[in-house]
Amino acid sequence: MMTTIRASVALAALLGASALSAQTLTISNWDGYMAPDAVGDFTAATGHAAELVLHGTNEEIMGKLIASGGAGYDVVFVSSPFAEILNNLGLAETLDHDRIPNMANLYPQAMELAHDPGNSFSVPYAWGTTGLCYRTDLVAEAPTSWNDLLSPAEDVAGRTTMLATDRWLLAAGMLANGFSVNVTDEDALAQVRDTLIAAKSTLLAYDDTTFYAKLVSGEASLVHAWDGWCNYAIAEDENVVYMIPEEGTDLWVDTIVILAASENKDAAYDFVNYILDAETHGWAAENILYKVPNAPAMAALDPELIAAFPNMGMTPEEMFVFEQLRDVGEAQRAYSRLVTEIMAAQ
Amino acid sequence: MNQRASTALMAPALAWLTALMVVPCLLILALAFFRRGLYGGIEYTFTLENLALVFDPLYAGIFLNSARVAGTAAIIACVIGYAAAYAIAAMPRRHQPMLLFFAVLPFWSNYLIRTYAWIVLLNREGLIVQGARWIGIEGELPPLLYTQGTVIVGLVYSYLPFVILACYAPLSRLNPEIAEASFDLGASSWTTFRRVTLPMTLPGIAVGAVFVFVLSIGNFVTPALLGGGQFQMIGNTIYAQFLTANDWPFGAALSMVLIAIMMGLLFLQTLAVERGSGGRVRDA
Repeated sequence: MMTTIRASVALAALLGASALSAQTLTISNWDGYMAPDAVGDFTAATGHAAELVLHGTNEEIMGKLIASGGAGYDVVFVSSPFAEILNNLGLAETLDHDRIPNMANLYPQAMELAHDPGNSFSVPYAWGTTGLCYRTDLVAEAPTSWNDLLSPAEDVAGRTTMLATDRWLLAAGMLANGFSVNVTDEDALAQVRDTLIAAKSTLLAYDDTTFYAKLVSGEASLVHAWDGWCNYAIAEDENVVYMIPEEGTDLWVDTIVILAASENKDAAYDFVNYILDAETHGWAAENILYKVPNAPAMAALDPELIAAFPNMGMTPEEMFVFEQLRDVGEAQRAYSRLVTEIMAAQ
Repeated sequence: MNQRASTALMAPALAWLTALMVVPCLLILALAFFRRGLYGGIEYTFTLENLALVFDPLYAGIFLNSARVAGTAAIIACVIGYAAAYAIAAMPRRHQPMLLFFAVLPFWSNYLIRTYAWIVLLNREGLIVQGARWIGIEGELPPLLYTQGTVIVGLVYSYLPFVILACYAPLSRLNPEIAEASFDLGASSWTTFRRVTLPMTLPGIAVGAVFVFVLSIGNFVTPALLGGGQFQMIGNTIYAQFLTANDWPFGAALSMVLIAIMMGLLFLQTLAVERGSGGRVRDA
């Protein structure tokens, strides 16, 4: 009898475990990029068990996905060039729009993104621009150009930071030289390298994560920033301003991708649909101060929030004059080497 | 203890190291001989390209610069650490354990936190600058943070306790009668130190220096935080190959060369220690 009970308990545990692993949706996102209770609310609303894991960078989650062939994850949040790579590798699910009714909430432009026109393998989650974030009380003359970051005026020299993530670091040099942010021509890249190496002499530091804190503390006066992160500095210091240089910038898009290898497609589609709900998606805009491509969510934003953080009011039309970073394939190696050359230059 | 007993006692440690350290390391190093796929990942075709690329002037230059930074840190740490160890060894015996305890105290806190503490101290609005303003020093101080010098200072700080311990061991074992004999034979204190004490404690210095050098050359946290990302050491390059460029084969090739350098130095260190303890001290 005892044995029978034990065996059935073990069997039940086994069944329970396997049923759970088959049904638990695994989502990977950056820390703090959606509501803390988003996953719990999703489970409560749909009955799908779900678990959130975190990645620090695009490259980190890409390394894991490429090594495992996409196994182990159902839904991932990655920036658009990486979504493109997942698609090129055949790891991204071809989306069935009928299963994501809230797709109708997206702006028309959000269905026409250059990396994935028609959203066949990715759904935009947040978008924005990259520009200059500075302290009006510490900078005598307001910046207008990328060159104001790369070869700053005397009062700003030694008080600038730049993003170190390959694509954005290079983009600053590319734009300053009048190139596309996806340029791969060798001579152009050599020119970009020289510009960025020269810029090191007036740079305080490369910084991807704490630049807004440096701005608030006064360690830096002018930093290379994503608009949403500049908002964190604006929130703490009213002298902080975000601007887009006259040479233009990139339109960055963070996307949601369902993995083709997912065994929880139903739950995965439901999750994407849940995120695109105007209220859920609006939470991100309101709380993490990133623009979301969701028309009703943005329409519902408090005008005071937009007044406090002007870049939240940028329209899709205004952003669409800028080019997206695209997957550059084999040229990514040249980019990586270029960045090493810049970082190692004395 | 017979040989069978010692084998049995050693087996768990050996198994642990082999399964969890040696094998995974070899697996990573083996990647150096394969190609990187277009988007990262590994293509299993044999190649020596990755190892050849290590000797490309760009990467060889990073190795050399890392060696220069690590070497400078090792020399500074040895000068400061030896002096401290000498002073501790000269103290009354009963005070020595307490002083050594203070020397290794920083090890009890997290490395990252200790490094961040330097940022709090040295940044433009940090404690030192504020302190300077408070005592009335006006104007802009030279940048204290995000320079190569800061990286070296950070490395010295982090690894100094190793040198103190390594130098203290031979200094404390030194028989005071040897120095007395030297004085009796007419040598000054400086000559005694230079011709007797220093040579006899050289193995300790060598051990400390190699520790600092080996730990520094592979370090990537300190250059990233205190160098503001502007000074690439080989550890940062390897980190970038694995975690941003997704080029594991090249990262493995760089690691292989780095490990070879480290093992070479540790081998020399062992030789120095053996010579020191086996040779000179016994002769003396």
